[in-house]
Amino acid sequence: MRMKFNFRLVLLILAIVFGVFFSIPSLFQTEKGAKITLGLDLQGGLHMLLGVKTEEAVGSRMKSIAASIKHYTDHNDILLDTLSASDDEVKFAILDPDDAPAIDLLLKDIEGVKINYSGENYALVMTPESIEKTKKEAISQAIETIRNRLDQFGLAEPTVARQGAEKILVELPGIETQEDEQRARELISRAAKLELIAVDEERAMRVYNMTEAQAAQYGDVILLDKDRPEVKYLLKEIPILDGGLLTNATVAFDQNNRPVINFALNSEGAQIFGDFTGKNVGKRMAIVLDGEVYSAPVINERIGGGHVQVSGNYSVNEANDLAIALRSGALLAPVYMMEKRSVGPSLGAESIRNSMIALMGGFVLVFVFMMIYYKMAGVIANIALIANLFIILAVMSLFGATLTLPGMAGIVLTVGMAVDANVIISERIRELLYEGKSLHKAIEEGYANAMRAIIDANITTLIAAVVLYAYGTGAIKGFAITISIGILASMLTAILGTHGIYTMLENKIKKSQNPAFWFGISKKRLG
Amino acid sequence: MEFFKQTNTIDFMGKSKMAMLISIVLVLSSYGLLMTKGLNFGVDFAGGTIVQVKYADAAPIDTMRDQLSTNEMFNGASITEFGSPDEVIIRLKTTSKDISQDMGDVTREALKGTGDYVIRRVDIVGPKVGDELREKGVMSLLLAMLGILIYVAFRFEWRFAVASIIALVHDVSIAMGALALIQIDVNLDVLAALLTILGYSLNDTIIVFDRIREGITDTKNLLLSDTINESVTKTLSRTTLTSLTTFFVVLTLFAFGGEIIHSFAFTLLVGVVVGTYSSIFVASPILMWLGFDIKNYHGKLAEKAKRHAEKEKMRAQFEQGTL
Repeated sequence: MRMKFNFRLVLLILAIVFGVFFSIPSLFQTEKGAKITLGLDLQGGLHMLLGVKTEEAVGSRMKSIAASIKHYTDHNDILLDTLSASDDEVKFAILDPDDAPAIDLLLKDIEGVKINYSGENYALVMTPESIEKTKKEAISQAIETIRNRLDQFGLAEPTVARQGAEKILVELPGIETQEDEQRARELISRAAKLELIAVDEERAMRVYNMTEAQAAQYGDVILLDKDRPEVKYLLKEIPILDGGLLTNATVAFDQNNRPVINFALNSEGAQIFGDFTGKNVGKRMAIVLDGEVYSAPVINERIGGGHVQVSGNYSVNEANDLAIALRSGALLAPVYMMEKRSVGPSLGAESIRNSMIALMGGFVLVFVFMMIYYKMAGVIANIALIANLFIILAVMSLFGATLTLPGMAGIVLTVGMAVDANVIISERIRELLYEGKSLHKAIEEGYANAMRAIIDANITTLIAAVVLYAYGTGAIKGFAITISIGILASMLTAILGTHGIYTMLENKIKKSQNPAFWFGISKKRLG
Repeated sequence: MEFFKQTNTIDFMGKSKMAMLISIVLVLSSYGLLMTKGLNFGVDFAGGTIVQVKYADAAPIDTMRDQLSTNEMFNGASITEFGSPDEVIIRLKTTSKDISQDMGDVTREALKGTGDYVIRRVDIVGPKVGDELREKGVMSLLLAMLGILIYVAFRFEWRFAVASIIALVHDVSIAMGALALIQIDVNLDVLAALLTILGYSLNDTIIVFDRIREGITDTKNLLLSDTINESVTKTLSRTTLTSLTTFFVVLTLFAFGGEIIHSFAFTLLVGVVVGTYSSIFVASPILMWLGFDIKNYHGKLAEKAKRHAEKEKMRAQFEQGTL
């Protein structure tokens, strides 16, 4: 028989080298090299799907329009009557019709609103496109903000990504305890909406006898003190300025060694703040965070430079998280929980251990069974099986794929299914040998016939796996990945790889005259 | 070693009426179970909260129950042992939208004083997400079947495709019936298992169909049932072997894979058995009853070959410039 270049064997050897080489980083956790990432269900961590209340971003946009109108009119000595902002409308009236041109000048600069006049009355509503845009921006801004906060929080590799049109996926690996997890969640969900609001000194005395509705009539709101909920403040509805004008927030300690937060305003903010404090000496100004009054000091003098200090009764951790939240900016719209999955590190480790036992158990079982049933043909199939495992690991490492608990199950299952190709082939070869075909013919025809069935069968399984990947979420995707890679790898190792081994051994098998040893078949039936 | 030494063909199709009766009874009782008992949807599909708590010693389930019952947020909560006596699962229908203080935190606080415990897992699935996941789940099952239908119709013939899909529906129905019977929590992993059953059972069916396809192309005997019997007999050894190895592997997964993977492994166990059975006793007889005709098929093959030859001839003529 003439020697032919055994390309199948070369391919198999290349595949094994590839598999072993690229799975080393994952197996031994080396410093360098692409590794498989463990899913949150295996390493422990927090997975959350957040929704965004985008309609509230529209409301706060209306409020900030009102704030800028107020600042402009105060600055230009224009007298307004009843400036008010609701969820979808800003209303006001001018007292002096001569101010109309100046107002028009201001309104011209406000984008995305429709202005309805009726005499001296103005009503501003947002256009549908601008509402849409505001909602979209609220989502991207929330993603950006949450990402910033988590980056500063100091956890390894947080993931913050958009999922679908308006959901946010947050994944935090490596959280040790429930308490830490809760702290991270508080940081994420904190609106961090800072407002400096004037106290309505004219009516402040009556706050305890006033309802919300009555307060609203005067353009005021009633807010509670953060540490003493029994203390109420009557504040102007429209703030002097908000956290959007903030440039930095840091934690410092006051003379009693209690943490305080210092924040700095940008030039516009400093200007507004300076103007306001200059005009309102002797009155109080409330520092409001997320609807709670942190403090309401009396203004002693004009405060220039734009530096403000917020004291509050917080722990160092709280102060740090708050500063992070303030620095990363406020969430334009609140976020809420749609889905959460959190797994403690000990449970993850247990899952890894259990699935490793299952994998090893399944592997040994199949291994032994194949050797007993097919003898050497079984050994060859087992070589393919091992190669298959390494290839799965290598491909997953190279793509940085995530290994999840269902993914582990997928590998275990692949072990069961990957031997199938070799069972089909071995059965065919046995059959052909019984029919009295020569060894060479039996091998070649066996492979040729088995190939069609193996490809058809595997492609249909692959179809199911691809659908699973497209429609599955999180951990289930991991299952689809390992199954798919396993199927493709098994086609390579079983159809090409073992064929190469048989080609190499053909002469040896022929010489040995012992088909019982090589294929586990009975000599009697061979005749 | 060999399990199947007989060389004579087994008359599988002769037993197909009997098998069909069994299948119909199984499928119908599955639907009966699904209709009466119904599937026990877990949090993934129904929405709700799961809190897994591990105690240092055996979990004081009664104390836990008493303590939780004082908080109305735990109305209708079920507390059950999970895998071992020191591990407990609390299932709630309610979910919380609040991010900073969720049901996991509430549970942690509420259990204070019941002993030394850690909360190891909290799953919260809001109702909207649950609905979405269920829709997606049904969609994925249908889409996978459609994809398979098209592929098999393309590679074999439409009757093969229809027969294999009926077998698949048969398998998935019985697997779901078993889930309803045992009242296992149906979560995303069970869906994954059902999709795997689709792939796996089809695997088996295709191996048998491949032999039938081979048989009908070569045979001079025009009786389809003979060819089917021959093909099934020839693949019987492979079918059994592969099913056995897969079965063993899934069994180790079921036994050692841990509590979390239990329902997944259980679904697969049922699927492997039913899938093997259906490829022999459901898919093949249906192929026969759909009126597949070997003579007709030979005719089509001949025509195809003729068309192919003509095309070649045309091409040859074209290349020689005689056309």
